[in-house]
Amino acid sequence: MQRVNLTVNGQPGEVPAGAHTNLLNHLRAQGLTGCKEGCAEGECGACAVLIARDDGQGGTRWDSVNACLVTLAAVDGAQVVTAEGLGSPAALHPAQRELAVRGGSQCGYCTPGFVVSMAAEYLRPDRVDGQHGAANGFDLHSLSGNLCRCTGYRPIADAAYALGTPDAADPLAARRDQPAPSPRPTALNAPDGEFHRPATLADALNLLAAHPDAKVLSGGTDWGVEVNLRHARAAVTVAVDHLPELRVFEERADSLLLGAGHSLSELERRLDGRVPLLAGWFPQFASRLIRNSATLGGNLGTASPIGDSPPALLALDASVRLVGPDGAREVPLADYFTGYRQTVRQPGELIAAVRIPLPLSPLTAFHKIAKRRFDDISSVAVGYALDVRGGVVTRARIGLGGVAATPLRAHDTEAALEGQPWTEATVRAAARLLGQTGTPLSDHRASAAYRAAMLEQSLLKLWFESQSAEQEVGA
Amino acid sequence: MSLHERPSAASVGEAIPHESAALHVTGHALYTDDLGVRLQNLLHAWPVGSPHAHARVTGLDTGAALAVPGVVRVLTAADVPGVNDAGVKGDEPLFPTVAMYHGHPVAWVLADSEDAARLGAAAVQVGYEPLPSVITVREAIAAEAFQGAQSTLARGDVTVGFEQAAHVFTGEFDIGGQEHFYLETNAALAHVDEAGQVFIQSSTQHPTETQEITAHVLGLPSSAVTVQCLRMGGGFGGKEMQPHGYAAVAALGATLTGRPVRLRLNRTLDMTQTGKRHPFHAAWKAGFDADGRFTALEVTLTSDGGWSLDLSEPVMARALCHLDNAYFIPHVHARGRIARTNKTSQTAFRGFGGPQGMLVTEDILGRVAPLLGLDAHELRQRNFYQPGEATPYGQPVRHAERMHDLWAQLLERSDFRERQAEVASFNAAHPHRKRGLSVTPVKFGISFNFTAYNQAGALVHVYKDGSVLINHGGTEMGQGLHTKMMQVAATALGVPLSSVRLAPTRTDKVPNTSATAASSGADLNGGAVKDACDQIRANLAAVAAGTLGVHPDDVRFEAGRVFPLGHPERGLDWKTLVHDAYHLRTQLWAAGFYRTPGLHWDRVAMQGEPFKYFSYGASVTEVEVDGFTGAYRVRRADLLHDVGDSLSPLIDLGQVEGGYVQGLGWLTLEELRWDESDGPNRGRLQTQSASTYKLPSFSELPEQFNVGLLERATESGVVYGSKAVGEPPLMLAISAREALREACAAFGPPGRITPLNSPATPEAVYWALDAARTARPAEVPGD
Repeated sequence: MQRVNLTVNGQPGEVPAGAHTNLLNHLRAQGLTGCKEGCAEGECGACAVLIARDDGQGGTRWDSVNACLVTLAAVDGAQVVTAEGLGSPAALHPAQRELAVRGGSQCGYCTPGFVVSMAAEYLRPDRVDGQHGAANGFDLHSLSGNLCRCTGYRPIADAAYALGTPDAADPLAARRDQPAPSPRPTALNAPDGEFHRPATLADALNLLAAHPDAKVLSGGTDWGVEVNLRHARAAVTVAVDHLPELRVFEERADSLLLGAGHSLSELERRLDGRVPLLAGWFPQFASRLIRNSATLGGNLGTASPIGDSPPALLALDASVRLVGPDGAREVPLADYFTGYRQTVRQPGELIAAVRIPLPLSPLTAFHKIAKRRFDDISSVAVGYALDVRGGVVTRARIGLGGVAATPLRAHDTEAALEGQPWTEATVRAAARLLGQTGTPLSDHRASAAYRAAMLEQSLLKLWFESQSAEQEVGA
Repeated sequence: MSLHERPSAASVGEAIPHESAALHVTGHALYTDDLGVRLQNLLHAWPVGSPHAHARVTGLDTGAALAVPGVVRVLTAADVPGVNDAGVKGDEPLFPTVAMYHGHPVAWVLADSEDAARLGAAAVQVGYEPLPSVITVREAIAAEAFQGAQSTLARGDVTVGFEQAAHVFTGEFDIGGQEHFYLETNAALAHVDEAGQVFIQSSTQHPTETQEITAHVLGLPSSAVTVQCLRMGGGFGGKEMQPHGYAAVAALGATLTGRPVRLRLNRTLDMTQTGKRHPFHAAWKAGFDADGRFTALEVTLTSDGGWSLDLSEPVMARALCHLDNAYFIPHVHARGRIARTNKTSQTAFRGFGGPQGMLVTEDILGRVAPLLGLDAHELRQRNFYQPGEATPYGQPVRHAERMHDLWAQLLERSDFRERQAEVASFNAAHPHRKRGLSVTPVKFGISFNFTAYNQAGALVHVYKDGSVLINHGGTEMGQGLHTKMMQVAATALGVPLSSVRLAPTRTDKVPNTSATAASSGADLNGGAVKDACDQIRANLAAVAAGTLGVHPDDVRFEAGRVFPLGHPERGLDWKTLVHDAYHLRTQLWAAGFYRTPGLHWDRVAMQGEPFKYFSYGASVTEVEVDGFTGAYRVRRADLLHDVGDSLSPLIDLGQVEGGYVQGLGWLTLEELRWDESDGPNRGRLQTQSASTYKLPSFSELPEQFNVGLLERATESGVVYGSKAVGEPPLMLAISAREALREACAAFGPPGRITPLNSPATPEAVYWALDAARTARPAEVPGD
């Protein structure tokens, strides 16, 4: 067993860590049992903790993350706060007080996680009164990654809306003006495997060259599930999301270059509505707790046919920038997927960035079909980017997920739209084609018939909503 | 004073937060598995699960497992000194020789770490001979694979009833199950005390039964086993029977190794091993007269009991006893049978069969209303019980008028009629989105159908300094029982709530307890706590009477003061009285006991008065459905519920709201899917995690949520005039399902049946609205 440095609730310490030890189990072993395991896959939020992150302006953000999906070694040097660190029964934090007095806890098991997610939103530096339709600017979606089985959520929502702003004496609020701890190089050789967080891209590529089977970690929200629920183990793990080359963010005349190591929340903030398709897509991608960890590179790296980013990025005609020992190359995303969870990425290569060409098509949408309105895995997802000039579709890009072994472009449907007048007749004919695209399966999420019907309905919905003010019911 | 009367300045009735709220929000509240990290030398247990739905175990080789570093022992049937069974029916072997479902544990590995235990479990070599399996209810019906008793509830003569009917309809209906998904999974922690006594901390709703089953597995008397439950992170019925086997495995490991043993299921294990709400199949025939009144109902209910009997028989009894819901049905013939399938052993879940029984009839009414030419709410109201009528099992419907009053109040305060018109105009204006508005009633019987369970005990101590410690037989799972019990004790003793502390539930303090279930926790334990307090107060009143120079009957206890009736200024304080009473050698502690009076039940004839009273409620829900996808949202819900005179209004409000949303999950979102194919994973639960089994999250919270408790609703014969609240509100969510049906129907021509699957997932809603959309207008309304 080797050791890493971690500051928990203000107490620095050197703590034992294996290559697969997660932050949740570490905290519990230290007696901080307010941090609970409810699902061990980032779906329930009972293990939420605050972690100090660079806010991009020299200060610190307190991000809420699922501790069950955080590899302890991947946060070597970090500062973490748990529910116990926010307040005590004798001196409750405002989020704790509001939850307690309003009946926001029943069995209490999910409660510390709710407290942490609420505290993160309470401490959000750009929270402004009136945002998100709330007098205090509290975004209730920040709690969509926390499950409560007892209360029905109403008192929790009331507690959230009752929160004021942190006062000057609030240590975590004050902490925001100080720099966040920087990611530090970490090399751990533990009985259960090696864990590396290399200092540079060159070091990372060398490690991958030496260990072609190494598990590449970028956010870890998928790998954590494998480790926790399926007891997956890797001989060598290499964390890369902190590398400067994977954290580029460039707005050029002809394209946007988005570093693959950004968390989705960071991208959401930095894009700030610049890409309307993605602005509508972010809230439908898992939960705030997940988006605070998950990265674009990670989502494309796992290459799941039901990942949420491919349908949107395929519609945007994006390409993937890969870096390897022989330099960098760019591959159109449409050519990136080669089979079920297979891609053109070679073992020694990393996904460095995603390029989105400009200008953007004006008519875009992301339709996600799932059982639950938020924080669910899609049965079918469709991304649209259409140019309609003078009543004629001049360009159509449609990305699909959930209908084949890989994400797909709907080439036939695109062809049936391009050059045609943007009318109901065109759309109905194209929608029938779209409904026949791919080879959808029946599984526990949806039947094949429903998936096919949803493809067809999706294009009709796009058309009718483009013709009227009717809002999508799920939005 | 009688049981239901409240003194002035009572603590009961105050809206206070949960007694552990400050511990919950700070992470200081401890749950069973939080205790393990505080122990030295702890062993961790992990199961060896069957990869087949049904298979004979032909061999079990533990050699490779024992070679895994850290593995200490593998527990098998050969280790059991007592009875190798984890249930009360003798059909749940703790270590089976035939695996009965996919994931069924056939052995348990103990190791120094959870990691080692998992590796050890993977290394155990088990030989299996696969056997034919039954997975679905319909397969079980075809194979006539049933278990337990079949029961029939009958009144009148349905043949006569159908002859009198102007309209007769028939149908079939499949009702999905539900995973409890308590946030805290099953957990047990066992160690051996001095002199061979076994001490178990368990997340259990039924500590006495956990104790009894552990004792019979270990071959010990019950007196040698103590079970404690600090609190549970949710139960909902899922920890009434299921925890026993896990406690027994941990205790067996502790006795064999001498080390403390921790057993905690992770979410996957909990979902794949533990029982759920029973799926039901119903085949029905219903007759109505020309005015839409029921003339007869004939039903066959088949529940999916899973691999063992568990609580399936009483669940079926309650389902049959709730088919009527709030409606008088003159001729009834209802048959219940339990399928045996190779799945988890379905068990108690909030409502305990009541929801399924009720849903069958509400589904019938929702389906046929358009064919009877009536609005569904009008059809429902017309069939309500009138005062003086009795249920099909022969129990007079006490307070039947409450349903009428409550219904009228709810329609009024939810602006039901105005909103019906708004919904109609919205639907006329929006071809691709439709709204639905529906109202449904709930009448739910309170008491255990099993009469013997309707008893409870408590132990109340008053210490010399005047502080009060209470113990009772009920368990805390978030429902606020402990908060209510503290309020009851403070009220009965006339002391401030701050003087009362509550100690965790333990079988060595209060023995022979019933499960905390059937919504009865506060009624039963409240009666017992009050009984104990009344005894102590009588002892103290005798002392105070001497000091104050009045008759003991004229001594009043209020807010920590003791004084003669009518003279609050002439009193002494509680602490002084307690101090004096001790020195006069007065007993300052007491054991209390309560048994619900007036119950009788013939479970073979299915006749009697199994319930002390009925809880009433009604709900109005409005939904909006997207015609492209079937996606929907709940725009508004208005609930009105009868909790008697609330013991603790903030707690009760939480139960009503939480019950509704949990019911909404069952009826709209939560879908259990098993592999029904003939492939290698047949019988495997496919939705075995939070990522595949979706419970309601913030997005399902109704956008407007108005919840009220019925006022001036004193229930005589129950502690401080209150009523049970745990289960009944779950069924208020039926109005959401009916609103979805109405919205789907609005996509098509009027006057037609709109069938809707349960759960009404977006996919189910899509198929329902698509069928309506493509339907031709009904040729002849009616049958």
